[in-house]
Amino acid sequence: MIINHPLLGPRDAQEFTYLGDASLIDRPDWEAADAQEQFYEYAYLRDNPAGEHRELWFHEIGDRSWLVVTRNTLTHEITSVEMARDVARSKGRSK
Amino acid sequence: MIRAAQDNRLAGGAIDRSRTIRFTFDGKSYAGHPGDTLSSALLANGVRLMGRSFKYHRPRGVLSAGSEEPNALVELRSGARQEPNTRATTAELFDGLVAKSQNRLPSLKFDAMAINDRFSNFLTAGFYYKTFMWPAAFWEKLYEPIIRKAAGLGSLSLQDDPDGYDKGFLHCDLLIIGGGPAGLAAALRAGRAGASVILADEDYIFGGRLNAETFAVGMQTGQAWAAATMAELQSLPNVRCMTRTTIVGAFDHGIYSAVERVSDHLAVTPAGKPRQILWRIYSKRALLCAGAIERPIAFENNDRPGIMLAGSMRAYANRWAVTAAKRVAIFTNNDDGHRTAADLLAKGVKVMAVIDTRADAPRIADCELLPDAQVTDTTGRLGLSYIHVRLGDGSERNIECGALGVSGGWNPNVHMTCHQRGRPVWNAEIAAFVPGESGTPGLTVAGAANGDFSTAAALRTGSDQAAAALRDLDIDAPALDLPQAEDAPINLQPFWYVQGGKGRAWLDQQNDVTVKDVTLAHQENFRSVEHLKRYTTLGMATDQGKTSNMGGLAIMAELAGKSIPEVGTTMFRPPYTPVPIGTFGGRARGKNFHPTRETPSHRFSVEHNASFVEVGNWLRAQWFTQPGEVHWRESVDREVRAVRGSVGVCDVTTLGKIDVQGTDAAGFLNKVYANGFAKLAVGKTRYGLMLREDGMAMDDGTAARLSEDHFVMTTTTANAVGVYRHLEFVRQCLFPDMDVQLISTTEAWAQYAVAGPNSRKLLQKIVDPDVDITNEGFEFMACREITVCGGLRARLFRISFSGELAYEIAVPTRYGDAMFRRIMEAGREFDVVPYGTEALGVMRIEKGHAAGSELNGTSTALNLGMGRMVSRTKDSIGSTLSQREGLNKPDALMLVGFKPVDSTHKVTAGGHLMTKGTPVDAKHDQGYVTSAAFSPSLNSSIGLGFLRDGGNRFGEILTLTTPLTGADVDVEVVSAHFVDPKGDRLRA
Amino acid sequence: MHDLIPITPLGRTTAQIDRFKGLQISECPDWALASLAARRNREGDTATAAEKFLGIPLPDVATCATAGAFTAFWTGPQQWMIEAPHDRHEDLAAQLKAAVGDAASITEQTDGWCRFDLQGERCHDVLERLCNADTRVMAQGQVTRTRLEHLGCFLICRTKNSHFSVIGPRSSAGSLYHALTVAATSVV
Repeated sequence: MIINHPLLGPRDAQEFTYLGDASLIDRPDWEAADAQEQFYEYAYLRDNPAGEHRELWFHEIGDRSWLVVTRNTLTHEITSVEMARDVARSKGRSK
Repeated sequence: MIRAAQDNRLAGGAIDRSRTIRFTFDGKSYAGHPGDTLSSALLANGVRLMGRSFKYHRPRGVLSAGSEEPNALVELRSGARQEPNTRATTAELFDGLVAKSQNRLPSLKFDAMAINDRFSNFLTAGFYYKTFMWPAAFWEKLYEPIIRKAAGLGSLSLQDDPDGYDKGFLHCDLLIIGGGPAGLAAALRAGRAGASVILADEDYIFGGRLNAETFAVGMQTGQAWAAATMAELQSLPNVRCMTRTTIVGAFDHGIYSAVERVSDHLAVTPAGKPRQILWRIYSKRALLCAGAIERPIAFENNDRPGIMLAGSMRAYANRWAVTAAKRVAIFTNNDDGHRTAADLLAKGVKVMAVIDTRADAPRIADCELLPDAQVTDTTGRLGLSYIHVRLGDGSERNIECGALGVSGGWNPNVHMTCHQRGRPVWNAEIAAFVPGESGTPGLTVAGAANGDFSTAAALRTGSDQAAAALRDLDIDAPALDLPQAEDAPINLQPFWYVQGGKGRAWLDQQNDVTVKDVTLAHQENFRSVEHLKRYTTLGMATDQGKTSNMGGLAIMAELAGKSIPEVGTTMFRPPYTPVPIGTFGGRARGKNFHPTRETPSHRFSVEHNASFVEVGNWLRAQWFTQPGEVHWRESVDREVRAVRGSVGVCDVTTLGKIDVQGTDAAGFLNKVYANGFAKLAVGKTRYGLMLREDGMAMDDGTAARLSEDHFVMTTTTANAVGVYRHLEFVRQCLFPDMDVQLISTTEAWAQYAVAGPNSRKLLQKIVDPDVDITNEGFEFMACREITVCGGLRARLFRISFSGELAYEIAVPTRYGDAMFRRIMEAGREFDVVPYGTEALGVMRIEKGHAAGSELNGTSTALNLGMGRMVSRTKDSIGSTLSQREGLNKPDALMLVGFKPVDSTHKVTAGGHLMTKGTPVDAKHDQGYVTSAAFSPSLNSSIGLGFLRDGGNRFGEILTLTTPLTGADVDVEVVSAHFVDPKGDRLRA
Repeated sequence: MHDLIPITPLGRTTAQIDRFKGLQISECPDWALASLAARRNREGDTATAAEKFLGIPLPDVATCATAGAFTAFWTGPQQWMIEAPHDRHEDLAAQLKAAVGDAASITEQTDGWCRFDLQGERCHDVLERLCNADTRVMAQGQVTRTRLEHLGCFLICRTKNSHFSVIGPRSSAGSLYHALTVAATSVV
């Protein structure tokens, strides 16, 4: 597969390490009342869609950026690639 | 040796008659010419019998003239280079070539295993499934050895492959797969437009079918046009023309793999050169111009040597100037078969008749035409002598001929359009599957591969499709002035098999699948096309059914009362043609399987008799054997005693080192370590335990605070890469606005542990005079940037893995070799020893330090005896889930030590702990031993392990059971800290 | 002055040079390296201080820039590697730190890496056997990170078509050298 890196352009997926569902960005608040429950869901429960999937890839043989790649798990078509840091910021993870 | 004459050689052809080259087949010597393939040269010499079939050991000859060949598989070369299952049709002849037929015992003409053919009623479809079910024990001892011996194709040399292989990467705007008329026209148009083009063809000359035909392209022959086109293409720097290169697979997003056979046509691969190269091609667009493959018609005994595809018969005559026999006949359902008759007649071969299944067969060749006729059977021992023909009026005739050209039409070569789940669609006009809309993204198709069979159509569509592909890339490719070429339709009337025969009509000649087998599969309800394939093995051989699948599908459709497109095709998968395993391996063989990492003390270690152990890619000294030491334990015990008694030095460079800087560096470490780092003083080091989010231990190490905003973190050797990746995840994805910067410095610094009661004295001779490393000036867990040996920048850490007074000293790696030697020199008065990973391991077990065996992915901080380290006053990765009830039960596993009750007994890692007197089963399991060693300090075997409620069971005697070896040992539960439990030594 | 004798990444006291027809492969041990990473909200300060020190602006994504003794190349978002001759800049990290202060993080990288230079018209033919970088289209001053012999390496185009530097992990210098020379033998 080819991942179109937002900074570096098209790069072979072989350069990347795969982590999984991009929902891993949404780490719960440890001080929430139901933190145990939230962390349980965060750590263990994943959707497994046949179709569009947002997932985390690390450009290990590259600029060491984590990317959020939107990929169709049926066709491998990649429709969007974002810097994970930007995604995290947009989700309010800035402290 | 007898040398046969080339009696079947015709005039003309693209062979170099000025040179004669010698080769042998089954020990007999023959002559051929440069430009020949093994099969063309054998045919020239009158050899039709080239192999025995897979199952029934039927005598077989060559069916085709290309890579689709199912029958003529030979063992090429001898000795270590012997290669089985090489197609004689693609093996280029070279001087001294040695080929052997395969699958025969003892000889090709008399094969004892041909007895299988008599028992063919028992060996029908599903035979393996039905016969060898019972009894199970017979399978391994009886059935399998017999089948292995009887079945299978060629044999392996069982020697190391002496040839080298390579891999590589290519990039292009347009990849053109196939260099026939469509591919050449496409390459010309794209090449002239300045696009970067790769043109690849599996053949050793470009031109494809043009090399096998007699008609003109423009004012010249097809061959001359191809040669002139190639001359221009090769002059263009933006076009890469690759012969002997097969595109074997289409992968996601325009990636194709190609096998280039660099040296297969040479007697011996030149030294240092690869035999084959596996290319990974990154294409922006690709164009499939792979042509079409002719398909046979099934009839009784249609597998006799001499019976071949009509188009191949024509190729042998035109390109290689060879006929399989002096008298030939043609059996066809389309006009193209007649061309073969015409071309062979022109070459002076006697064409006895053209048998055409069509009632309205046209008269094209100047020979006898039998319309509305069928070939019903053949006779001949080890080769064709007669064909039996049934005419339209029902009468029968025998025709004497040594070769029969068969044409059942042509199948577009759609493979590459299907590797990405694309499905071909049915084209009734040519009664064949053509590429569908759902093909491989970025790949378009031209010429015969798309069902456009005429040369004119190939040239036109090749050119048009190239321009269309480049238009997608915003490259304008001006139109070509295409030459005139033949544009005749093949006028096919579908005809798959001759009915009414009692014997066997062969569909898949390589796997010995007959029309009857397909019928049987249908009767037994294996009706899905994929089931049919598995049950009968149709299309499963090395040729993947290139010539046979369509026949099987057509019969399936007929039996099921469906149309062929309703039955559908099986999935086409890479590789398109077989690829040697060595090619996939490339250069990564033997010790080049992965790169090696050498430590800064590597040279010293080699010079001092170190035995090495691979840790990841690192080579680490395991122990240093001294003269007189026979067993490794002698070396290790000595090293341990030397460290505990005086001083030793060990290369610990391999531990991961990560530089963590920024105003939030301390806060960041607070997130990734379970214990606190915010209050660590500058100049101090702290042990850190890193958890995964699920609460399990991930890794451990130390972090040294060099300044307010600068830490150096260490990781275990094995986890260095994973921890770095994790830290980047935390930094970028979880806390994107923390001010923290990371970079690995693992190999930038040569780091050595100097351990033992005399380590300070030794280091005082190394560090510069102004560096105070007294116990007061540089206390336990201190760290500092210092200078050594008269001004070299260095880092000093007072940390201890061994439990002794110890330091780790780091210098820039280029000085590491000199520093190691300097330490040894300075330590001579203390009898300093270098020690390896084994002694390091013994000492950490003696000290009760957890390592990889304890941080095994299932252990929590609590299990490791560090439960209280997990801070509850801050958020860190894993802290929340580490508090889960299930992980914190009173009887949770705890890290403790074990000593055998009888000191001559041994503690074995991996053994499980049982309360004395209870049954040995999982239900009563009390825990397990993770690490064990002989402790020279205690003069006893010792171990570390996890025990239920271990902290409250000191003094208890348990049974350590090792079902694998059957040895049960009584062990006493003790503290994991066997040596200096209070830590007086390391604070001394 | 200390008296410790340095060794090259290949473990010798002199640099290794191999010559092939149309290609020279040289071990280049005499370069100091330091990484420079801008701190949060200090990108501007970093750029200004670095430019003052280097004499050139920090280069853009996937490129390098050279002025005088210094070459800077981009390694990641807001991260660069600075390269300078070792004999005059062994303390490059300290020099840089003095120049950028607390605007950026500086880390000594000199001996984390080994550098092999490929020079000659056969560069592309050798590199295409080793890594997936499209070297034929790389202009002078373009930089990419690429996998070569399983190793993450920086690949710098010093002169288009004829001069590339491969900067790889120092501990694997032997394996990297082996790969380069085996590929060169295979190609040339």
